[in-house]
Amino acid sequence: MTTRLVEGSEAVADAMMRAGCRFFAGYPMTPFTEVLEHMAAGLPELGGVCVNAESELEAVGMVWGAAAAGARAATGSTGQGLSLMQESISEASMAGVGFVVLNMARGQGDYYQATRGGGHGDYRTPVLAPTGPAEVAELIAEAFDLADRWRNPVVVVGDYYMAHTWVDIESSADAPAPRPAPGWTLDGSSGGSGAAKLVSPLGTTKQRDGVGYDLAAHYDRCARRRIEMTAGITPRAEQVRTDDAQVVIVAYGTMALYADAVVNDLRAAGHKVGLVRPITLWPFPEEQVRAAAEGADVVAVYENNAGQMIDDVRLSVLGAVPVVGLNGFSTDSSAFGISPDVTVENLTGSILQLLDEHSGDPT
Amino acid sequence: MTTRRPDGLTVLPSDEAPADATLVADFTADLVDVGEHHLCPGCGEPIAIRAVMDGLSLLGLADRCMAVFGIGCSTAFSNNLDVEVLQALHGRAPSVATGVIRMRPELAVFTIQGDGDMANEGLQEVLHAAARGENIVCVMLNNGVFGETGGHLTVTTTIGQRTKNSIEGRDAAEHGHPMRIAEQLAQIDGTGYVARGAVNDAGNVARTKRMIVDAFTAQQQGLGLSFVEILTMCPTGWFVPTDEAPAYLAETIAGTHAIGVLRSELA
Repeated sequence: MTTRLVEGSEAVADAMMRAGCRFFAGYPMTPFTEVLEHMAAGLPELGGVCVNAESELEAVGMVWGAAAAGARAATGSTGQGLSLMQESISEASMAGVGFVVLNMARGQGDYYQATRGGGHGDYRTPVLAPTGPAEVAELIAEAFDLADRWRNPVVVVGDYYMAHTWVDIESSADAPAPRPAPGWTLDGSSGGSGAAKLVSPLGTTKQRDGVGYDLAAHYDRCARRRIEMTAGITPRAEQVRTDDAQVVIVAYGTMALYADAVVNDLRAAGHKVGLVRPITLWPFPEEQVRAAAEGADVVAVYENNAGQMIDDVRLSVLGAVPVVGLNGFSTDSSAFGISPDVTVENLTGSILQLLDEHSGDPT
Repeated sequence: MTTRRPDGLTVLPSDEAPADATLVADFTADLVDVGEHHLCPGCGEPIAIRAVMDGLSLLGLADRCMAVFGIGCSTAFSNNLDVEVLQALHGRAPSVATGVIRMRPELAVFTIQGDGDMANEGLQEVLHAAARGENIVCVMLNNGVFGETGGHLTVTTTIGQRTKNSIEGRDAAEHGHPMRIAEQLAQIDGTGYVARGAVNDAGNVARTKRMIVDAFTAQQQGLGLSFVEILTMCPTGWFVPTDEAPAYLAETIAGTHAIGVLRSELA
């Protein structure tokens, strides 16, 4: 094992290739661009393929084909590019074709895009939100495992900070061999056998079976599979000093790094503040958030948008404790990075004010 | 009673057919699971699909190929073939096929799309795939209408052609001009073979089958993207009597979309 200092995007790409990703397609868009560069540089020597797709629509289509042909495959983008991909992400879920989609967001305005999606139909995608290179490696590997296990697209959320911050990664010289192609995938060989395989978002029953496509039955199977997937994925969250916290902050991704620093500072000053950092954004760690909120005076949702994850927090707490949003931040002039008013100082001030407002509350 | 048709064919009543005769109603093309289909009477697409399957059979590619279907009337065949099928979204088949061929370059990967699918919804996909020289065969079944929605204007609809949203006939001033797709593909470096056939009569069906064989031969030789556009009858969407559709194709559709081989890099 050697330690290398790399750009965050390279850490993401390294994790993808180590997880067995052998097909990648993408269209440049900051802060996703550098991941594409590193995949283009790294995949050929592993026998993989990276296609510089002419559009996001085409990138996600290519990934659909590569995944159905048995490869671990991934794409990604940011904001608008992911909006363009939504049709394929939802339809691939209906087709039972799993792949990984990187949502390298600018800010956190795309929480809903990631966790609900903008596609059609009764689908969901698991959403993982790592922070730090070790967790990036772990969750990207898990994302591919989930895509295989549930035959469903899986979203990994990163951001500008993750993509452009240089980090240490541990890596051995050899990437492990990719897993064998799953049995449902296509390799052409069943043709002419009288039982040629079919992978379709319309179902897999063929006319020779006397039924053909039965959409009602297929969508019913899809819905039951989604319910099973939801129950089969354990929601994850990191808890930081929530046991006796009067104010519980809920934050994910880069915003959680600020919140973590504030919690440590305020605890050192004797204030009872804690943090819940959702690691799976879907399924949302409702139980962890509910448990952390128990006994608290207030739950503060710190997010770099006008208030999106706060809805999931409210659904978790179900009115047991007041939930307030620390959000509505401006974005920087390039709209690429962290809002200028997202600072440890500002968050500290907001938390102290909440502590003050709730100081008279019976606990 | 035996009848003699104007074209010279003798038609026997079925109870007088020789014992070893294959009746049309019993005939199922090679690599097609169920011969009966649920498309409209007079539809050209089953003939075109059969031409593709015959080509694969002739070249012995049945267990080394993969079809990527788009969405349209021809989707009725995506679950009715004895070759592996990957069903794609409307417009997206060439990209999906790209992902397949890049991971399994040994396969004869091909797409089946209609004109609404390939040329309206996803034109950039086939153009880009051609420019990348993806080693796949793309088949466009061109009937000049969105047949599945009941006969609506597409980019290939010819001037004067009636559709449900150009009911008095396509007028260039109001509805724009038809696009000639095979001609566009033929001028892209990266295509190995480009042709336009038709299935309106036996001669054209035979020519189209040769085009299909040539397209897959080019694919097997690694010559890049091969494109075969097949003009197919859609009497329902054209508002013409079923038996007049083949002549309508020859006189109207083929007048704009000329039949022939436009490019071949085959030796």
